[in-house]
Amino acid sequence: MRGADYVIKRTGFAVVTVLVAVTLNFALFRLAPGSAVSDLSRVPHATPELRHALKQQFGLDKPKLTQYVIYLRELAHGNLGVSFANEQPVWSNLRTALMNTLPMVLLGTLFAIVVGTLTGVIAAWRRGTPTEAATVTTALGFYSMPTHWLGLMLVIIFAGTLPTGGMTNEFLIDPSFWTHLKDLASHIVLPSLTLGLVLYGEYTLIVRSAMLETLGEDYILTARAKGLKPWTIVRRHALRNAMLPVATLVALSLGYIVAGAILIETVFSWPGIGRAVYEAVLQRDYPMLQGAFLLLTISVVFFNLVADLLYFKLDPRITE
Amino acid sequence: MSVVVNEPGVAEAAEVAPGRGTFLLRTLRRRPSASLGATILGLVALAALLAPWLAPYGLHTQAGPVFGRPSWTHPLGLDDGGIDMVTLLMWGARISLVVGFAATLVSMAIGGTVGVLAGYFGGKTDTILMRITDYFLVIPDVPLMIVVAAIWGPSLFHIVIVIGILLWTGTARVLRAQVKSVRERVYVKRARALGAGHVRIVVRHVLPQVAPLLIANTVLTVAVAIFDETALSFLGLGDPSRTSLGKVIENAFQRAAISSGAWWAIVPPGALVALIILGCSLVGGALEDALNPRLAVAHLSARTFRLRPPVGRPGAS
Repeated sequence: MRGADYVIKRTGFAVVTVLVAVTLNFALFRLAPGSAVSDLSRVPHATPELRHALKQQFGLDKPKLTQYVIYLRELAHGNLGVSFANEQPVWSNLRTALMNTLPMVLLGTLFAIVVGTLTGVIAAWRRGTPTEAATVTTALGFYSMPTHWLGLMLVIIFAGTLPTGGMTNEFLIDPSFWTHLKDLASHIVLPSLTLGLVLYGEYTLIVRSAMLETLGEDYILTARAKGLKPWTIVRRHALRNAMLPVATLVALSLGYIVAGAILIETVFSWPGIGRAVYEAVLQRDYPMLQGAFLLLTISVVFFNLVADLLYFKLDPRITE
Repeated sequence: MSVVVNEPGVAEAAEVAPGRGTFLLRTLRRRPSASLGATILGLVALAALLAPWLAPYGLHTQAGPVFGRPSWTHPLGLDDGGIDMVTLLMWGARISLVVGFAATLVSMAIGGTVGVLAGYFGGKTDTILMRITDYFLVIPDVPLMIVVAAIWGPSLFHIVIVIGILLWTGTARVLRAQVKSVRERVYVKRARALGAGHVRIVVRHVLPQVAPLLIANTVLTVAVAIFDETALSFLGLGDPSRTSLGKVIENAFQRAAISSGAWWAIVPPGALVALIILGCSLVGGALEDALNPRLAVAHLSARTFRLRPPVGRPGAS
């Protein structure tokens, strides 16, 4: 029953966090001074009908408390208002953007996990050698770089060899499936690599520490005394336990990933949710900003919950 | 077999005896990485501090051609307005450091108060404060900063406040754990038995014990604050009238420094930010290592991860 308890507790926390975020979102925007921010119906260049419809939908002439209830109801139906910039529903804009962001972010994170684990293990195993010093210094270096600046450095280095902006080549007319895929793949390299590099530094440092800790355990000494080969000890005995923090690691760096996505998509004009945030800020498109913030927060809370539950599955000791 | 075994910890206690200032200095001296970090930070701070006297040109004077190449008179070239890059970097570092420290001060005040109150009083106070901390911990900082900065409008003061009120969660958690353990020490109990009030105990007995940890945390928070300022500036939310390093990068990006081939306008400011963050990480990490014996094996040890469950578990750590 303890396990079920844990799952329920974690899920409950996630639900309450989402409610807090939703309320925060309402408070930040609707209670802000100045109708430019708080009035969802002030869509520039909109027809009076659209404005009237929005006013009706969100009860903008009613007291704030009623507005909050209406806001919750509309939110449950996926209605976040209309973008000031293109008069499309915010939710449909965000959905397209999210679908573009996911592959870029996943690829980058995967790169960071693989490279970070590998270098972290090497650093721990070669403790006290120049190899460790070099690995750790490189990791710290990448960890210290401002994300968008690293992206710009990659643009300078790879300009000419790889596309540095957008998601597809717009001049490819009616490409075949493979050409399109190849085009997409070449565009995704630099944004994903930027994210991968800034994340990997952090991952290396944490995996190295986890490995060092595990290598000090008694069972490693036993394995050594048994005469097992070093690589077997690392793979079969140390790494398995040291990998436990990786689930937590991804959860811990989620906020960092989100921030990275916003900056990277701005640098590379990647039409994802981060770029949507940037454009919403530039154009003072408050409904879009509100929607994007909510979506990002809910995603982070959700993936946090996933990491929590995954961690529990990997290491049931934590309920003790 | 009649050897008198020293009580564990006695020898160490004798070693730790010197004051806090000595402790900081010793940590810096003993760890080459920490002294390297301190040197970097010291040099950057000095250059920033002395910018009005050391800067070779005026911050607003056009000293040469637009995007002029690096030369003997301008070692790092000129920016899109013909302003000398060295001058720009010195003044930029000044603003970035001010924002970093001011935001950290705000975050230390909030995080310190929350951490000390939660750790010292425990019970309901602890539960409520840590719940709030947990929610703040899960909500992603940077998007929230962007939202608040976008609604409030760009100004240096707003940026400091925005960063400050969102960075305190880590400090609160670390301090709470430390205060909790200090509270149980014998001398605190004695002070209480002698009739010392809460304020006196906290100020005289608890704070001095947690101060080194607070300093380590401050250094690490400064790095995050500077990173965040650079990010906000890049998204056009920086103070338009103050040239921070983030602003210098944004300016170069917006004025197409890259397509003009003017790498000198964009490489140095970012490298300087990276250097400052690296310096803070080295110093802060070394201090944290030295302070936390559990981390003696390595920075951010696995044990802390195994015992401290994934982010945001209420009442943990």
